[in-house]
Amino acid sequence: MRVVIPLIAVIILFMLAYFGVEAAGLQTLFGVVFPYIALVIFIVGLIYKIVRWAMVPVPFRIPTTCGQQKSFPWIKPSKLDNPSGTLGVIGRMALEVLCFRSLFRNTRTEIQKDGPKVAYASNKWLWLGGMAFHWSMLIVSIRHLRFFTEPVPGVIIGLQDLDGFFQVGVPVFYATSIIFLLAVGWLFLRRVVSPQLRYISLANDYFPLFLILGIGTTGFLMRHLMKTDIVAIKNLTLGLLSFNPAAPAEASGMFYAHLFLVCVLFAYFPFGKLTHLAGVFLSPTRNLSNNSRVVRHINPWNYPVKVHTYAEYEEEFGEKMKKAGIPLDKE
Amino acid sequence: MAEAKFDEMDHYKQAELMKFDFRPPPTGWMDTPTDFRPGSWIYPGKAKHLEYLDLPNPREWAVTDEDWQLPKNWKEIVLEGMRERLSRYRTFKIFMDICVRCGACADKCHFFIGGGDPKNMPVMRAELLRSIYRKDFTALGKVFGKLAGGRELTVDVIKEWFYYFFQCTECRRCSVFCPYGIDTAEITIIGRELLGLLGLYVNWVIEPVANCFRTGNHLGIQPHGLKDTLEFFAEDIEDSTGIKVDIPLNKKGAEVLFVTPSGDFLADPGTYTCMGYMALFHEIGLDYTWSTYASEGGNFGLFTSHETIKRLNAKIYAEAKRLGVKWILGGECGHMWRVLNQYMDTMNGPPDFLEVPKSPLTGTVFDNARSTKMVHIMEFTADLIRHGKLKLDPSRNDHIKVTFHDSCNPARAMGILEEPRYVLKNVCNNFYEMPPNTIREQTFCCGGGAGLGTDENMEMRLRGGLPRGNAVRYVQDKFGVNELACMCAIDRATLTTVCDYWAPPVRVTGIHELVSNALQMKGAKDREVNFRLEEIEHWKQKAAPAGRKEGSSDV
Repeated sequence: MRVVIPLIAVIILFMLAYFGVEAAGLQTLFGVVFPYIALVIFIVGLIYKIVRWAMVPVPFRIPTTCGQQKSFPWIKPSKLDNPSGTLGVIGRMALEVLCFRSLFRNTRTEIQKDGPKVAYASNKWLWLGGMAFHWSMLIVSIRHLRFFTEPVPGVIIGLQDLDGFFQVGVPVFYATSIIFLLAVGWLFLRRVVSPQLRYISLANDYFPLFLILGIGTTGFLMRHLMKTDIVAIKNLTLGLLSFNPAAPAEASGMFYAHLFLVCVLFAYFPFGKLTHLAGVFLSPTRNLSNNSRVVRHINPWNYPVKVHTYAEYEEEFGEKMKKAGIPLDKE
Repeated sequence: MAEAKFDEMDHYKQAELMKFDFRPPPTGWMDTPTDFRPGSWIYPGKAKHLEYLDLPNPREWAVTDEDWQLPKNWKEIVLEGMRERLSRYRTFKIFMDICVRCGACADKCHFFIGGGDPKNMPVMRAELLRSIYRKDFTALGKVFGKLAGGRELTVDVIKEWFYYFFQCTECRRCSVFCPYGIDTAEITIIGRELLGLLGLYVNWVIEPVANCFRTGNHLGIQPHGLKDTLEFFAEDIEDSTGIKVDIPLNKKGAEVLFVTPSGDFLADPGTYTCMGYMALFHEIGLDYTWSTYASEGGNFGLFTSHETIKRLNAKIYAEAKRLGVKWILGGECGHMWRVLNQYMDTMNGPPDFLEVPKSPLTGTVFDNARSTKMVHIMEFTADLIRHGKLKLDPSRNDHIKVTFHDSCNPARAMGILEEPRYVLKNVCNNFYEMPPNTIREQTFCCGGGAGLGTDENMEMRLRGGLPRGNAVRYVQDKFGVNELACMCAIDRATLTTVCDYWAPPVRVTGIHELVSNALQMKGAKDREVNFRLEEIEHWKQKAAPAGRKEGSSDV
């Protein structure tokens, strides 16, 4: 159910847009109204989420230290894995966000029952899949800026040329399109094939995967199999940007379905786990330096607690202490 | 011989224990009831301890009871408790929101590796709480309910929390591998706080907390008892070395206050480490004092609630102020150093009545502790060795082939990795590392941290100890390792069982016990026995010719 319902949901969403345009002529709804709504939900929702997080204090300095602390000049500290200052934190976070450093550490644990023996093997597949997915999605998104700019900046054209470097097919296949689809497919497959992952996965995990897979597939189909009117699309996007939109009838149902799935992704974004995009920057185990013995960290809601004072202690044990010859305050 | 009971190691046959695989059960996790089998949970906190500490809902109850006698409005209490914590801890809020269930953490937990229970996958442990969060605190969960991974808060959920939040040792290994740094220790700490609001504590934690609040240490040793204990240690030191060491107790105006986990006072082999400190301090003539009031470095508050951490930890600075010392030195302990490094100054500081720690022997200023004013003994001793202040003969430890277990908290909540290795290499000739996936920041828990090291929890301790025990076994087979050194009192107590079970006959030792073996004390007799009062064969051989010469020149 956790797999099927999200899959059906995405298929229904696709059909809504496809037939809404092809059969009912709802171009304006899917081409103008939904994109604006989705964008507003995305921006407002994500900002709201981040502000809500940022408003919650960080009472204690609790980085996870993954290397040697800074102590003596003759012991080399691990500046990135156990940062003692802001520069180290920036480096650590950059490696985390750009290279998925923690995932790179991933191992697979196996138990051989004879012995028994516990064995650890390097396991970089998740790291590789994650890197391939996120980076190719970023590049695909940047490539899409060609639909939103006129004239198209040289950087984007350059990136596009680089991406289509191998000059295979007409129109040219982009390397990132292929990598993107393979990576999403792999991330989906491991979820259903691995028994543990299947066990922990929720509909909330499958839904964005299917959504992204749907977006990728429709995009791929439009570029390579089902031609669509690019000029009409570009008129729409530029119109949207200049707040003077008109949904063209020439663009295909496939295009509107693609666009609608993107809208759903944007609107869904602030509500679920996709907010990890922003949350990772605020994660206290990664964005704090390990300097709590050097600089006092302040807890804004630190409150007085009931303690057992020395006076109370001596009150109870004073006689025994005196007998044992332990010095007392009350003498 | 009587049949071993569930709280005894021998009750568990390895072959039986290993009958599991990592495949989850056919039923979904929300529909799989908790299996409260003996050996896998801990007895509840006794009413008298809760009363002493002014904690809610004190009563006598049993885990096997159908009715746990929760307060009438328990649900309200839990949800209000969650709401409050979501507004106080950014960790909690963010960790509830951003997990993508990628599964990287799954096989990083020692309890999952050794037991295969899917709810011991760190991600799953957090989901136990997250599912309630979704249902009651998020828009998606409110609308879509179970489909969005939400579930109703019921008494069974509370029981499940109790079972699994006391099957987490807060070791933070999973947080090393998580791409967002989600730290299950945070989840478990909060989870235990919520349980605490209903009066659900385990006795193995809350009795030490009550003891510590009253007597100053977890074990409940009263001041005169502590004096007896230390005098007893001094006698053993004298038997071994012929040297009578001082026992400064509650001494005003001493330069340094020394605080160590109270496990070192009572539980072998920690006691020998304690003697190691005493011998070392005597040898270097350190002007220090013990305190009976602050006679606990460890802090079982960490396994109870943030508030309890603060209530117990307050004694250390208060005592330092009362005694008028200049700075504080802390012994070999694990979670103690998490508290001292990451919580103490924030909670009970600033200790502006103290001075920046400076070694009276080497002149080294411990700049990395200039705010907390508290130095780890491994830093202190490493500095002494570095400056040649100790006369060490590492060959005295030649009967030992040692490996080193990084304790979770010093490794992952501090990063004190090289100092202990430096000391070890200077006092031992035979030091071997365990495999890289099991040491340093990837080190495995002993299986008994965070208040789980009690015998009624034996099955889980043995399971949780498998990864560590197996790594010890590996170096035992490969290099003939016969001792496992560690700098944590809980380790010294629980790894003994782990080694007895998974890698016998490897023994457990503290680092300062090894230091004391190698330490050439001024005026010592020819030592033939160590602090365990065991005769060491090669000490005797060595002592015979060389010792006489030294002895005559001394006289």
